Amino acid sequence: MKSTWRGSRWLIILPPLLFLLVFFLIPFIFAFKISFAEAAPRVPPFTDVISFTRDHHLQLTLTLGNYRYLLTDEVYGVAYLYSLRTALFSTLICLLLGYPMAYAIARSPKSAQGLLLLIIMLPFWTSFLLRVYALEGIIRDNGFLNTALLHLGLISHPLRIMRTSLAVYLGIIYSYLPFMVLPLFATLEKLDPLLLEAAGDLGSTPRRAFLDITLPLSLPGVIAGSMLVFIPAVGEFVIPSLLGGPNQLMIGRVLWDEFFGNHDWPVASAVAIAFLLLLVGPIAVYQYYNVKQLEA
Amino acid sequence: MERRASPALLSVLLFGIALLYLPILVLIGYSFNASPLVNVWGGFSTAWYGQLLHNRQLLEAALLSLQVAVAASTGAVILGTLAATALVRFGRFRGRLLLTGMVNAPLVMPEIITGITQLLLFVSMMQLFSWPHRGFTTIVLSHITFCTAYVTITVQSRLQSADRSLEEAAMDLGASPARAFLEITLPIIAPAIISSWLLCFTLSLDDLVISSFVAGPGASTLPMVIYSKVKLGVSPDINALASLIVCAVGVCIIGAGYLMTRADRRRALEAQLAGR
Repeated sequence: MKSTWRGSRWLIILPPLLFLLVFFLIPFIFAFKISFAEAAPRVPPFTDVISFTRDHHLQLTLTLGNYRYLLTDEVYGVAYLYSLRTALFSTLICLLLGYPMAYAIARSPKSAQGLLLLIIMLPFWTSFLLRVYALEGIIRDNGFLNTALLHLGLISHPLRIMRTSLAVYLGIIYSYLPFMVLPLFATLEKLDPLLLEAAGDLGSTPRRAFLDITLPLSLPGVIAGSMLVFIPAVGEFVIPSLLGGPNQLMIGRVLWDEFFGNHDWPVASAVAIAFLLLLVGPIAVYQYYNVKQLEA
Repeated sequence: MERRASPALLSVLLFGIALLYLPILVLIGYSFNASPLVNVWGGFSTAWYGQLLHNRQLLEAALLSLQVAVAASTGAVILGTLAATALVRFGRFRGRLLLTGMVNAPLVMPEIITGITQLLLFVSMMQLFSWPHRGFTTIVLSHITFCTAYVTITVQSRLQSADRSLEEAAMDLGASPARAFLEITLPIIAPAIISSWLLCFTLSLDDLVISSFVAGPGASTLPMVIYSKVKLGVSPDINALASLIVCAVGVCIIGAGYLMTRADRRRALEAQLAGR
């Protein structure tokens, strides 16, 4: 099989390889280069890193100022820690909510499972931006939740949820819950019910059986679901920008403001590179070994 | 898992589903509110839907977004199917690790980083080659990049589970590998290709962050216009637009899901009748 393709295989390999090389990998090299430049009032708005002097010498002008700025201005450290904390807590709440949901679907009759999964997945297919906007309609000061609670006489003045950390948590949980449920369902569904029966026959309580059998066996689903929520949550921009206030500074938002507000492209590049090394790097290494382990 | 779910589990499931759907349902409700004030019900009205037809900015942005989505998902489906074929069928080849990495990395890359790095690439390319001008072209190129990842993953898993013996039989009967692939394997992986095209279409239509970086000053996609309007506060016509989009997508997905399960069932039946 392999040999029969030989002539034409590069026709199949090269287009995606070259495209991704040029439009995915090489951009990081440019970002890395520009993170050593200085902002300048010109088009494009940064100084040349590599240039030729008049006597045809190649000249490298690197400044570490942008990285030093990241370390000295505390906004970046605060935003980085806040992003980590927010993503971590929302992932945990997603897990606590998503696990019983996935378990309930896995225990439903086979005929209902497809429909339930479709119901869970449908919001994922509809616009993310519009769903965040729709959530705003619920938690606004004069939104659905407050109107309903005031009407019922449960509260005397509106709850302040918008522009708080709670709003950001709610936004992340609401947006990424389907990502948690699906992988959990996939592992829970494969679980052999005979194992639980055997545990019961041997005198184990349902609680004990859950902790000793179900939970450990569903761990791959727990990890996969948590990654699927944590990774997009940590770099989230739309949710803190629309639902959070000035204190909900996440790294994605800082990057956006640096770029569109301050027009400081070199500092924005440095933030991106630092973010990449501090967060995406470890995750990518983890994923790589995870995939290798699965293949083995 | 034959045992029934307990009432407690079922109530958590219902709560979760309610959480997922309540905001959308409330939004659709608001879109029929005659009053522009959100907390006052001014009676039933479809006026906001009528206003959409006269909002040139929104209509132009919607047209651009649709064009981008069609171009990007078509491009991504071609590149992603090629990448999946290479990864599943070609065993070891030079660049395999690189391709695997570049196919998976966009899935874990925060959009904001992809967006900024791609903009820097486009700006540098413009300096060097005077191409591409920021706008439609750059948006499509960047959307193809992240969509290709989703196509590759989807098609890859379908290809892995596809029956190789049919293709081998075709080649034993004298078909070239390319012909066997086009006539036997392609129809088998067609459902995965169609569903990944749909996925790319919705992802592209929905993308705000990457488009905002690479679009440049001239072009605005629909999410960019929606974001800037929403950022300023509530606008009832956005409620109407959102309801339309959500319903259209919902109908498409349910329809596509129905057609695909039917096609799968028919194929399973045919396979059974063929005595396999």
